Amino acid sequence: MPQLATADFAPQLIWLAITFVALYLVMWRVVLPRIVDVLEERQRRIHDDLTAAEGLGREAAKADAAYEAARADARENARRMASETRDAIKKRAADGEAELDATFARENAESDARIRAAREEAREHVRIIAIDAARAIARRLIGADVDDAAAAAAVDAASAGDR
Amino acid sequence: MKGHSPLEQFEIVRLVDIPIGGVDASFTNSSLMMVFVLVLATVWFSVGMSRRAIVPGRWQSVVELTYEFVADMLRENVGNEGRRYFPFVFTLFVFILSCNLLGLLPYSFTVTSHIAVTFALAAVVFVGVTVIALFRHGFRFFTFFVPPGLPAVLAPLLVPIEVISYLARPVTLSLRLFANMMAGHTMLKVFGGFVVALGLFGFAPFVFIVAIYALELIVAVLQAYVFTVLTCLYLNDAIHLQH
Repeated sequence: MPQLATADFAPQLIWLAITFVALYLVMWRVVLPRIVDVLEERQRRIHDDLTAAEGLGREAAKADAAYEAARADARENARRMASETRDAIKKRAADGEAELDATFARENAESDARIRAAREEAREHVRIIAIDAARAIARRLIGADVDDAAAAAAVDAASAGDR
Repeated sequence: MKGHSPLEQFEIVRLVDIPIGGVDASFTNSSLMMVFVLVLATVWFSVGMSRRAIVPGRWQSVVELTYEFVADMLRENVGNEGRRYFPFVFTLFVFILSCNLLGLLPYSFTVTSHIAVTFALAAVVFVGVTVIALFRHGFRFFTFFVPPGLPAVLAPLLVPIEVISYLARPVTLSLRLFANMMAGHTMLKVFGGFVVALGLFGFAPFVFIVAIYALELIVAVLQAYVFTVLTCLYLNDAIHLQH
């Protein structure tokens, strides 16, 4: 069995020591730091990207909230404006109606007054006519000249009795 | 062709005689494979990582996966205190794995099929682990040989057993790797001989060789893993001093 040839041990062990130590130095000094660098850089990048994504997500959520708030605000504004307009219109209509009522009432009162005045005037005319007529009738029937005051009194008395 | 001995493949052949002060430091076929392993592993890992890509390509992925495989192994078995020894554990894994796999190439030589090499590696692990344990725990290290809750009566029996099993570690560690590699290569060679000897009927052992070769690929990776994981476990014992 060649493995037991002790004469071959020394060259194997010497070259094992040389190559293993050399490989150890290469790994320790060159290869492993490079791998660690790359892995750390990747880890850092992933972490950074995740952080950035998280920040962007938060910003998006914030923007969404702001949008929602603006929307709610606008809706509230519109609702308020609509109700204000409605109230204004209602108020204006009510005002107009009141004004109209007042106008009607005033005009009514005015026309009433006019009618009353016309009636008084007419009654006054009728009285004068009646007095004139009474004097004329008295003159024709009995030839008496009744003076104005007497005639007026008689007419007044007669018309008072009519009432 | 000198002969058909299946053990011939393990012969150490001196390519360049280098005697240094009476010590034979000759450059042999084994040395050639070791240098080849050194160059190939260096190129493989350096060039694989040379692009330092954030999104790795296939080659870089393999390098990173190897790194993470060993790093996870060390972290799971030893914990964070083991990180200092990572370069050594990683080199050990890469060296043994490369030797095992390159040894499977036809006409090459399997460095790890020699007990001298595997025992040297195991001895470095054993001595290193023991020194680390002594350095960290001082004389408390020797309580490692006294299992907790051991009745005083049994101590004279169990403590020597513990000591022997501790001392046997480098032996079992090196024998496992050496025996696996040697057995696999011997079997391949034996059946390879059958292919030639049986002529037309040689296709039967040939099919068998293909199957064994696949098995040997697994064994090559598995034994590198086993050697490394046991190193991690010994390291864990040394650092945490518990059974």
